[in-house]
Amino acid sequence: MTAAQTINGALRKLPIWPIYLIGALPPVWYFYLGLTGGLGVEPIKEFEHRLGILGLQMLIAVLAVTPLRNLTKVSLIRFRRAMGLLTFYYIAAHLAVWLFLDVQIAAQIWADIVKRPYITIGMVGFVLMIPLAITSNNLSVRKLGARWRKLHKLVYPIALLGAVHFVMLRKGWQIEPLLYLAGIALLLALRLPILRRVGWPMRPARQG
Amino acid sequence: MRFKTKLTWADVTPEAAYLNRRQIMTGAAGLALGSIAGPAFAAPELGEPNSFEDITSYNNYYEFGTGKEDPARYAGKLTTDPWAVQIDGLVERPGNYDLADVLKGMDIEERIYRLRCVEAWSMVIPWNGFELRALLEKVGVQPSAKYVAFETVARREEMPGLYSPVLDWPYVEGLRLDEAMHPLTLIATGLYGRELPNQNGAPLRLVVPWKYGFKSIKSIVRITLTDKEPPTSWNKANAREYGFYSNVNPEVDHPRWSQATERVIGGGLFSAKQPTEMFNGYGDEVAALYAGMDLKKNY
Repeated sequence: MTAAQTINGALRKLPIWPIYLIGALPPVWYFYLGLTGGLGVEPIKEFEHRLGILGLQMLIAVLAVTPLRNLTKVSLIRFRRAMGLLTFYYIAAHLAVWLFLDVQIAAQIWADIVKRPYITIGMVGFVLMIPLAITSNNLSVRKLGARWRKLHKLVYPIALLGAVHFVMLRKGWQIEPLLYLAGIALLLALRLPILRRVGWPMRPARQG
Repeated sequence: MRFKTKLTWADVTPEAAYLNRRQIMTGAAGLALGSIAGPAFAAPELGEPNSFEDITSYNNYYEFGTGKEDPARYAGKLTTDPWAVQIDGLVERPGNYDLADVLKGMDIEERIYRLRCVEAWSMVIPWNGFELRALLEKVGVQPSAKYVAFETVARREEMPGLYSPVLDWPYVEGLRLDEAMHPLTLIATGLYGRELPNQNGAPLRLVVPWKYGFKSIKSIVRITLTDKEPPTSWNKANAREYGFYSNVNPEVDHPRWSQATERVIGGGLFSAKQPTEMFNGYGDEVAALYAGMDLKKNY
């Protein structure tokens, strides 16, 4: 038995619910920190930014599942739905903090969404996530069939929108958001069919 | 004209309360209030000054990193003694002035100003310092001078942020001469009666309360009088977003966010925003400087 098979065998025995449970905690923890001074003297922005970064990190983990399997044969695919739903949860919390704690003023919220490109981009990314979250259940997978796979390819533009949103909101060209953008671009590039021709390990193209 | 009121930060916050609120206040405070000449000026309704902790733990000083907490973490390495300021250009007595020579004869006052950051937050800060005008008069401004250019220290071995090309280092800023000579324009040497912490721009930093915070250049090593508008760092980085004047103006939005409101730091997780005032509330004093100018164009 190869190492990958051993690891996959062990992973198969793990339950999935602890991922939801543990994954649900960070926003609650940040909220507690925000209430008790643990997020510094401006806790609103800090709370908002931590949630956004957490969402991007989970999204990167989601995108890494397939290249990881192609490269090492280790498969985390059983956990990917949980990871995707946690991404949605973090970004929804990020949006809620922006709406209710940060901007607060209804008229300004709409003005910002329409007038500020980085907010427009972030908002589009969030809206695109909604159908993915809604169809993250076995019934939808069965009912939609091949269309489900197509629909869930939306995660690629969503990831790019998220990273671009991050790059644009900082003053000047800063290293940290550019690293996130580069990481996401790399994970997407690893899916380009052209790589198969140069011998990159990839599953055969699926029918339908 | 001379701005004086009897109000000092000690009137706004009883010393005991202020000490109590900040556990980080350590022994060597030396609240040498007795040695600070004259009471302070406070124009707009400012509310209670921010705590020493607020003012010294939430800073934009990109030479130490782009995170708000980076300056407090890394600025301790900056050597501020010895310190000299090169004063040159269109001045009568140019030279490399030692800090002691700069401070000689300066009337160190207390000034409670609101600092409005271009990022739509603000703090109320009890500065100690002297009017820039007094220093410019000391070195003698030639009649042909129209602008004042400033430069921040740039030492890679002491300032880790300089390795990151976020801005074109060293940081430079500038004022029109009449702005520089305005009695509100301060060179800060301290806050809360204490020596200026490094993360706030020790040992000498500009404070121009009616302009966005990035105009108030920190840790000044050079002051040059010129007859041309000097380049300024954020304007060089993104001219569409940051103009030379950068007066606080709720009607001219930053391209990426509204400037109509601001969050006062220190209000916690549920703090409300407050409306931003034209010229940050100092319009009575400074609006005349811009009479006839289109402030939407000259942002």
